[in-house]
Amino acid sequence: MSESMQIHEHFQIKWGMVIDVDKCTGCGACQVACQAENNIPPSQQSFDRLRSVHWLYVYKLENGRPYPESDIAYLPRPCMQCGNPSCASVCPVIATTKDEEGGIVSQIYPRCIGCRYCMAACPYHSRVFNWFDPVWPKGMEKTLTPYVSVRPRGVVEKCTFCHHRFQLAKRRARAEGRDPHHLKEDEYIPACAEACPTGAIAFGDLHNPEHKVHQLSRSEHAFRILERLGTEPQVYYLSRRPWVRRQGDNYVQKDQQRGE
Amino acid sequence: MSSKKKGGIMPFLLGIAAALVVGWIIFPKVLYVQETQPVRFSHKLHMEQIGECNLCHSNREERAYATRMPSTKDCALCHYTALTGSSEEKELVREYIKKDKQVPWKASQKQPDNVYFSHLAHKDLECRQCHFDMENRDNLPPKYVNRLTGYTKTTMKMHECERCHARENTSNACYVCHK
Ligand code: HEC
Ligand code: HEC
Ligand code: HEC
Ligand code: HEC
Ligand code: HEC
Repeated sequence: MSESMQIHEHFQIKWGMVIDVDKCTGCGACQVACQAENNIPPSQQSFDRLRSVHWLYVYKLENGRPYPESDIAYLPRPCMQCGNPSCASVCPVIATTKDEEGGIVSQIYPRCIGCRYCMAACPYHSRVFNWFDPVWPKGMEKTLTPYVSVRPRGVVEKCTFCHHRFQLAKRRARAEGRDPHHLKEDEYIPACAEACPTGAIAFGDLHNPEHKVHQLSRSEHAFRILERLGTEPQVYYLSRRPWVRRQGDNYVQKDQQRGE
Repeated sequence: MSSKKKGGIMPFLLGIAAALVVGWIIFPKVLYVQETQPVRFSHKLHMEQIGECNLCHSNREERAYATRMPSTKDCALCHYTALTGSSEEKELVREYIKKDKQVPWKASQKQPDNVYFSHLAHKDLECRQCHFDMENRDNLPPKYVNRLTGYTKTTMKMHECERCHARENTSNACYVCHK
């Protein structure tokens, strides 16, 4: 990718996720934790695409071979917080930007006009549109997270790496007299990473050598989805299985890929 | 001929004047509901007694930095029984302190749900830069709530936050203040 196409600013901190696909059992705990943390109402009909909202979605991958070579993998997909977010450049009202230290792509609901250009632009289907106002079963409104604002009908929303936890971690650092821009390992992690029972989701600052994601993202088994589009995702995946890595992009037969 | 012309413009001017009265005076009045505070409270009077804000506003979560609304326990420190003949004070003692009930104070500067604010990041600033000059006020600021949006009228507006952040060389990225 040419230098002139690099629209992202350079940040001191780059929050990133490294998801070990081989450790993922597809249990869906991350998805549930995400819904509960981010005030996503439970869907009455989870097969109804019009009514279900997912910020994080676990996809099932298959290698398409017959038994005994058949193999499956599960791939949790949050927002990639792209270095070159295609969503931000198409937004007509600057409701989604990548301008904060840490590189998390923001989504400002009151500014959003619901035109859904960003949804069309996102190659990862990370964005969802609210066709309906959220409804919580009676009593469940008590479980709402106060640090996450609730979205009305008519706006687009997406995973924010549980950005409110970043704000709270910075606040705690300030209260303890530490530099809010040098958070320690695991001081700020999203709900999905916290909930994963197999520890498949690692989270931290990709630029900080003291954080484990720094090393993991440089592994020979690491790949990013649709990397060749030049979106520069801040979410990495790990797999020791070449067929899984091959599904990360639209490779043709003769293409070389990482780790081969 | 000319007098006829004059008569023609008068209703027009009156119409504009009426529209302006409605738009500038009546509509804003109708748009906002004024909520009155449950108990009269004078900062001026109490600051003469106490001398610091932390006694009533400190927040343990934010390490003794002023933020929260006072709790009944703070008032009970001195008002366990009525100190003056004031009927407001008697009501405070009877209705809240004796019953150990929280006073439903009305925060006149509440931010909307989509804004994140932390006093801790602003601890080097004067309260006065963002709030009414409480120290010298004899009453509490009234709270005006917008009937349509539920927002409070006297909250700090986004451009005010941003102007200072720009001046202080602090980030104005959307996610600094929004959630
Ligand atoms: C004796 C207890 C007490 C002390 C001391 C005190 N306050 Fe207050 N403060 C209150 C009460 C009671 C309220 C009522 C809350 C309201 O406005 O609804 C209040 C409200 C406020 C508010 C308005 C909040 C809002 O959103 O309406 C501000 C600002 C404030 N105080 C600042 C100060 C400052 C600055 C000091 C120190 C100079 C101070 N206070 C000292 C009791 C106290
Ligand atoms: C440090 C002790 C102290 C604390 C704490 C305190 N007060 Fe007072 N308050 C006083 C004193 C002393 C007076 C009488 C002042 C005077 O009349 O000279 C008074 C007077 C009053 C009065 C009657 C005067 C008036 O303005 O009508 C009210 C009402 C009152 N206080 C409310 C409160 C509330 C509400 C709180 C809790 C947020 C509170 N006070 C906390 C010391 C205190
Ligand atoms: C940079 C601006 C700023 C400064 C400086 C500041 N405040 Fe505030 N304060 C705010 C804002 C904004 C809110 C509304 C927060 C919200 O609703 O989430 C607020 C809310 C409050 C409240 C109401 C809290 C509540 O629970 O509703 C009190 C009390 C208060 N401030 C006291 C103080 C005192 C005392 C100081 C000085 C030591 C101070 N503030 C300094 C901006 C400021
Ligand atoms: C009078 C100046 C001033 C005003 C007004 C002001 N701020 Fe700030 N704010 C600052 C400064 C200076 C900092 C940087 C503090 C630091 O880095 O330690 C800051 C930092 C912050 C931070 C923390 C940023 C981070 O990276 O953790 C937040 C959040 C914030 N401001 C929100 C607000 C909001 C919301 C408002 C309006 C309601 C506001 N500020 C109004 C001066 C101001
Ligand atoms: C320094 C803090 C700060 C920053 C930075 C900031 N905002 Fe705000 N914003 C606020 C505050 C405080 C309010 C609520 C008060 C008001 O209505 O003005 C607000 C309100 C809004 C509203 C109106 C909300 C409503 O419900 O009516 C929109 C839209 C908005 N912001 C969008 C943005 C966008 C987009 C960005 C980034 C380009 C941004 N803001 C950056 C502090 C900030």
